[in-house]
Amino acid sequence: MTGAEILLKALVDQGVEVLFGYPGGAVLPIYDELFKQNRLKHVLVRHEQAAVHAAEGYARSTGKVGCVLVTSGPGATNTVTGLTDALCDSVPLVCFTGQVPTSLIGNDAFQEADITGITRPCTKHNYLVKDVNNLARTVHEAFHVARSGRPGPVLVDLPKDVVQAKGEYQGPSKLKSKYKPPVKGDIKAIEKAVDMIAHAKRPLFYVGGGVVNSGAAACQLLTQFVRMTGFPCTQTLMGLGGFPGSDPQSLGMLGMHGTYEANLAMHGCDLMINVGARFDDRVTGRLNAFAPNSKKIHIDIDPSSINKNVAVDLAVVGDAAHILEDMIKVWKARQARVDDKALKAWWSQIDQWRSRNCLHYENSNKLIKPQYAIQRLYELTKDRNPYICTEVGQHQMWAAQHFRFEQPNHWMTSGGLGTMGYGLPSAMGVQMAHPGALVIDIAGESSIQMNIQELATLAQHRLPVKVFILNNQYMGMVRQWQELIHGGRYSESHMHTHPDFVKLAEAFGAVGLRAEKPSEVDDLIKEMIAVDRPVVAELRTDASENCFPMIMPGMAHNEMVLGPEDRSVDKPGSEEDGMVLV
Amino acid sequence: MTKHEEIARHTIAVLVDNEAGVLARVIGLFSGRGYNIESLTVAEVDAAEQLSRITIVTSGTRMIIEQIKNQLRRLVPVHKVSDLTIEGPHVSRELALVKVAGTGDKRVESLRIAEIFRARPVDATNDSFVFEVVGATDKVDAFIKLMEPLGLVDVSRTGAVAIARGPNPI
Repeated sequence: MTGAEILLKALVDQGVEVLFGYPGGAVLPIYDELFKQNRLKHVLVRHEQAAVHAAEGYARSTGKVGCVLVTSGPGATNTVTGLTDALCDSVPLVCFTGQVPTSLIGNDAFQEADITGITRPCTKHNYLVKDVNNLARTVHEAFHVARSGRPGPVLVDLPKDVVQAKGEYQGPSKLKSKYKPPVKGDIKAIEKAVDMIAHAKRPLFYVGGGVVNSGAAACQLLTQFVRMTGFPCTQTLMGLGGFPGSDPQSLGMLGMHGTYEANLAMHGCDLMINVGARFDDRVTGRLNAFAPNSKKIHIDIDPSSINKNVAVDLAVVGDAAHILEDMIKVWKARQARVDDKALKAWWSQIDQWRSRNCLHYENSNKLIKPQYAIQRLYELTKDRNPYICTEVGQHQMWAAQHFRFEQPNHWMTSGGLGTMGYGLPSAMGVQMAHPGALVIDIAGESSIQMNIQELATLAQHRLPVKVFILNNQYMGMVRQWQELIHGGRYSESHMHTHPDFVKLAEAFGAVGLRAEKPSEVDDLIKEMIAVDRPVVAELRTDASENCFPMIMPGMAHNEMVLGPEDRSVDKPGSEEDGMVLV
Repeated sequence: MTKHEEIARHTIAVLVDNEAGVLARVIGLFSGRGYNIESLTVAEVDAAEQLSRITIVTSGTRMIIEQIKNQLRRLVPVHKVSDLTIEGPHVSRELALVKVAGTGDKRVESLRIAEIFRARPVDATNDSFVFEVVGATDKVDAFIKLMEPLGLVDVSRTGAVAIARGPNPI
């Protein structure tokens, strides 16, 4: 078999259904082989960054490994943002890059880039295959590494002569990888955790993307355990959907734009049970004022997440599903009970915080408020259990606040890296994985222009993705920070000219819709979901709206700004008292 | 966490696959995350299993050292990470080649001090010596300092290699 044949056979054996890619000189032998078969589908993107985000969307909405194929040099370097995004958000991917023939490596050959060198810090692991007889084993190991432990992106660099050479194939069952991250948690630690949970007076579950990554079983076990205990549960941006958003025990998202009740519960809790979250700075706020009187349990599959930003009292390292299963077993075996009296008092405190109704905004009958647009989108689509992707900025935070996710794998957003331009290609990947489903990219007019070329991909592959653009004429989150922190000097955050999104949609072979008044929003949404084609729906929203609540940089959870009238905006953050937040 | 926490020096032994790029992964981890490297040595130690051993001397707070070890363990080609400083007694040695140029009394004095340090001359000309000195890092430091006024012109050091005392492997 040739290297190209070996590669495709290995992909089929790994259960790959679709590749997102873009051909070029160094990968032509692979594309030639792809042409001759019909097991693997290929989505032809318009920019390699989009191929990686599409594979991320595919992976995050299915739990499978996403797969990318691009050429050497610029094809490979264009994947760097996507790979970094996948590393930050722990998304399992395997990215195949073409490379110049081994005899030319290091010669500054045409379209040569040292992509294993470039991507070393932005992949979980990477390989350069120099011998065709190592190819099959390397591909199988790449998939194993991508999906095992804390998932992440793996890159495999394929010199052209290696994919043209003849070699032996070996199946995935022959793989003997030394990479075996632990799965089961230490039972003594789990027993201790159960003890701490039973004694808690003001407990809180703090749930992150690790639960979603662990799989549907982990989310189910988590939901079961949270309901058994009756404890409140808050989710990170990445953890949304890990616990049902409309459950009365859910406090919604926490952190910089989290809810009042979630952040104050975090600040006031005496026991925090962190399941698969990583104490990100957008969640913790100022570290020395973070949950000051709490004991902390941290369940995580990655030992390097433990005690990284926040020292914890008890760590349980392993897969969330296994640990939660054991925890429930121990809880039941011991017939453990929570402190009902204390919990009741805690809930009445939380309900008081809840009654502030922190996500309230002043609606208008003249201007479309972005929050209103998202609320209507939620109300009019929730019965269809849509997949929601987002770009990055205000619209993303409003989506996280006002959309509710009942299930995991229905929310695809760029969390750790904050990549504008993530949403549209990600939605393509989701739609490829779920052909009949309603897939919506909630976007801003600035973010969408970062990968707008992918509208052509939607048209070519007949992917009926809905792009829901909240157009406020500004890079909204930049404008918001400039208003609140930089004295209203809107330096370069205003784009004076925007394309006519309706005409643009039509030029790309999509349907263009526009709403300019609140009264037009419902009709726009109904039409958008009725059309079985890609749609770009532009909503001209209030340009001055800011996203609240907000914990200003360098502030603590109990120093939240609830709205424009809240004067605590003026308090400056301190750099002396812990990590500087930006 | 306070930033005033005590900073300690640790010697960490790392067993890795001897494959292309593995050293770059380790070094990249240290530079990318802002950790110190005071010295680093690497060589293959098991040809059959294709394993290399890296000895890193680093410093940091307790939390940082813990992070360094966990981050190292996260690398796919890393098999074992052992913090020799806290896992019991260990032996640490470093070799240095020290070139001293000069004539007359200084030349004689350099030879006399070399003898005290059990440093061997491994090259000699009419107006220079190269001494080979082996020992703990402190001893090598001390020897080099003493050579400074005696015509020290060049130094090449291996960095520390270390191993745990007692019968057990890493």
